[in-house]
Amino acid sequence: MAINLDPKIPSGDLKDKWQKHKFDSKLVNPANKRKFSVIVVGTGLAGGSAAATLAELGYNVMSFCIQDTPRRAHSIAAQGGINAAKNYPNDGDSVKRLFYDTIKGGDYRAREANVYRLAEVSTNIIDQMVAQGVPFAREYGGYLDNRSFGGAQVSRTFYARGQTGQQLLLGCYSGMMKMVSKGKIKMFNRREMMDLVTINGKARGIIVRNLITGELERYAADAVLLCTGGYGNVYFLSTNAMTSNASAAWRCYKRGAAFANPCFTQIHPTCIPVHGDYQSKLTLMSESLRNDGRVWVPNAVGDKRKPEEIPEEERDYYLERVYPSFGNLAPRDVSSRQAKYRYDEGKGVGSTGQAVYLDFRDAIKRDGREVIAGRYGNLFEMYERITGDDPYKTPMMIYPAVHYTMGGLWVDYNLQSTVPGLHVLGEANFSDHGANRLGASALMQGLADGYFVIPNTLSHYLASTPLEKVTTDDQAFKDAEEAVKIQTSKLLGIKGKRTVDDFHKALGHIMWEKVGMARNETGLKWAIDNIRKLKEEFWHDVNVPGDVGNFNLELHKATRVADFLELGELMALDALERNESCGGHFREEYQTKDGEAVRDDEKYAHSAVWEYTGQNSSPIRHKEELKFEYVQLATRSYK
Amino acid sequence: MASENTMTLNLKIWRQKNGATEGKLVDYRVDHVSPDMSFLEMIDVLNGQLVKKGEDPIAFDHDCREGICGMCSMMINGKAHGGYKNTTTCQVHMRLYNNGDTIVIEPFRAQAFPIVKDLAVDRSAIDKVMIKGGYITANTGNAQDANAILIPKPIADEAMDAAACIGCGACVASCPNGSGMLFMGAKISQLALLPQGQPEAPKRALNMVHEHDSLGFGNCTNHAECEATCPKGISIEHIARMNREYLKAAFTYYEKTRSEGGA
Repeated sequence: MAINLDPKIPSGDLKDKWQKHKFDSKLVNPANKRKFSVIVVGTGLAGGSAAATLAELGYNVMSFCIQDTPRRAHSIAAQGGINAAKNYPNDGDSVKRLFYDTIKGGDYRAREANVYRLAEVSTNIIDQMVAQGVPFAREYGGYLDNRSFGGAQVSRTFYARGQTGQQLLLGCYSGMMKMVSKGKIKMFNRREMMDLVTINGKARGIIVRNLITGELERYAADAVLLCTGGYGNVYFLSTNAMTSNASAAWRCYKRGAAFANPCFTQIHPTCIPVHGDYQSKLTLMSESLRNDGRVWVPNAVGDKRKPEEIPEEERDYYLERVYPSFGNLAPRDVSSRQAKYRYDEGKGVGSTGQAVYLDFRDAIKRDGREVIAGRYGNLFEMYERITGDDPYKTPMMIYPAVHYTMGGLWVDYNLQSTVPGLHVLGEANFSDHGANRLGASALMQGLADGYFVIPNTLSHYLASTPLEKVTTDDQAFKDAEEAVKIQTSKLLGIKGKRTVDDFHKALGHIMWEKVGMARNETGLKWAIDNIRKLKEEFWHDVNVPGDVGNFNLELHKATRVADFLELGELMALDALERNESCGGHFREEYQTKDGEAVRDDEKYAHSAVWEYTGQNSSPIRHKEELKFEYVQLATRSYK
Repeated sequence: MASENTMTLNLKIWRQKNGATEGKLVDYRVDHVSPDMSFLEMIDVLNGQLVKKGEDPIAFDHDCREGICGMCSMMINGKAHGGYKNTTTCQVHMRLYNNGDTIVIEPFRAQAFPIVKDLAVDRSAIDKVMIKGGYITANTGNAQDANAILIPKPIADEAMDAAACIGCGACVASCPNGSGMLFMGAKISQLALLPQGQPEAPKRALNMVHEHDSLGFGNCTNHAECEATCPKGISIEHIARMNREYLKAAFTYYEKTRSEGGA
């Protein structure tokens, strides 16, 4: 089957493309909008904003959420902020600079036109969220406050204490509740998407599991929007929520939606280090802390003194040393790798050595405890609750952890996947961040896609596509449901010896060691072999207790881990095929002598787009060539 | 951070197959509990043991495990989220307990929160209250420039204090009346403090309060248990502001319905 990878980038100058495209797109007139129904899976920033906005426009929206209410989607945990090219501080920011920073930050592996549009609509997002009552941080004069984030030399990040994601998500949630009250959104909580239903090649519905009753349910619509977030939980330990998973996206992949750049994962530099094998997740400490915190390790290998006892001249503030112009605000991929180098050199701290210090001593001395508490008080409290250490008195210990996935389902400029009618928004798509995402840009992308992009591009699809009437009694729905039932009974019938978590941890270990911060050919081949073996064992030896007819949490986990095992293999394969280092993908074979990434623009200035070909055959790697017309490809330097 | 001093704990956990059956407390023992474990990780360990024995693991709600999504619940020794200041269940760590302790774990109990299974409850009543007005009607489009609306810092800060609510329902579970006035008051107060929230303020207060009362939540009689257990430290001052908003609206608000047709 040939897949169409035409990115559908509009013609014209970069800065005019989006306006032109909106004008050229077909519209659905207000009276006809109520004749269309749209399924939105996921209620994070992308799904929540899309559902609310499409409902406001008059479409009939069905919204599906895995938690007990849409207000709990994992966007809620984003701490630091949201970028927008407002240039309120008058420090030289512009749409063009945000565009440029994002392309460069992504190590030149994202599509120019998409990224420019993202920067362009970023300013509307802030206006919209303020209109909805999001209490962003303010100056005494009543104006909005900004701060800096990694990879940028301007202050363009808007924030609401350390809870920016929460406040934005609650804004989306309130917009959704408004439309629920008007009957334009129907909410389906505690549902998990189990499959995509395609009819005549178009996405026309979904099969979901009601997580409480265990029953499968069918829903039909004119289009499906997938807003189900990223796949970082492949690694078992990550900063993602426990139910964050890849299954919805993976089932779409198996139904013909191509998967782009699966190996592009972001390892965030500032997380609370791992402390035991019982650990269930890792907690992020916001990147905003690097505005005032200084990252260091002892100069001497194996220095076991308390941090307070190590004098200034015996400390290595390595980010300031290696990257004098960006210092502690070097981008995430770069900062994480430098932390790993310190561990490799034996200079890591803490009981495992897998930690570095993030020290606020100098900031507290300079600005006073009260000012620092005002900025980061809640983060400091959170750190103390988890570790028992007080960061006002002793440096935090941090280490990199899996945080975000830049890869995802391939989409064109309209956010449509290779399956017509299936649109993919937010972290679930691959579109805007290239090989590395800058801090405070995930919230921006989710909301840009949901509020401003999809309402325009979806109307064009609905107005220009012949959509025959379908019902949930169609054969395609029955077949899809049957396939889910078969998989479920198979999982429940194995009754082996190992728990689902055992397998998930084993997969996570392989992924972290071999498909993590540094990768090489031997390791990746080993990973592929061992993931395959693990998958075999899983299907013979997993123990899923209970039955299907109730709230069976182990069964829910088992279906997700079954998909993670397949996705993990594709990630390793993608990493193996990309013979260069770029952004979050660091191949040890391709580096300078001081450990910086070496890109290969001749051979790899493209997105790798994987097509599923069946359970027993290898996926096909296609390419979408990236054309850079406005940005000069350069070696990314933060020195 | 790793520690050698592991503990043995005795747990009494509420088991209930579903909302239609009766539940009871069941005794469990967990060994080798590390003080660095979170409370939910301790239950993960127990569940792992139950699965290996072929028993049904304990169902409980949880998701972000960093204290912000509001999904985790549980009464720990009779207190919502364990009763530690500004702490959700997922952020309770085992260093707060001692070797040999007996811990009683039950679901949130309130008329408005029926039990789903074991420790998981149905909190959809919270959404139902929000649907009646917990928003500002600002459709997506070309909203005015964000800095055109000036909000003094102290007002923005107070609105943020209220907006920090995670909708976990601990306030309801800890209130002797099963009242939802803290989470509802927090939303009404947040939007009443902000200039953007003014046009709908009276209608919001009236509609949300009426819905709250009809869903089986009780009234506020100033016990302030909610404030003491709220994991986000939300003050009952927001209930007071809600009451003022409600009173003001009850005296002054009258919605006329006019035809919106035109030529």
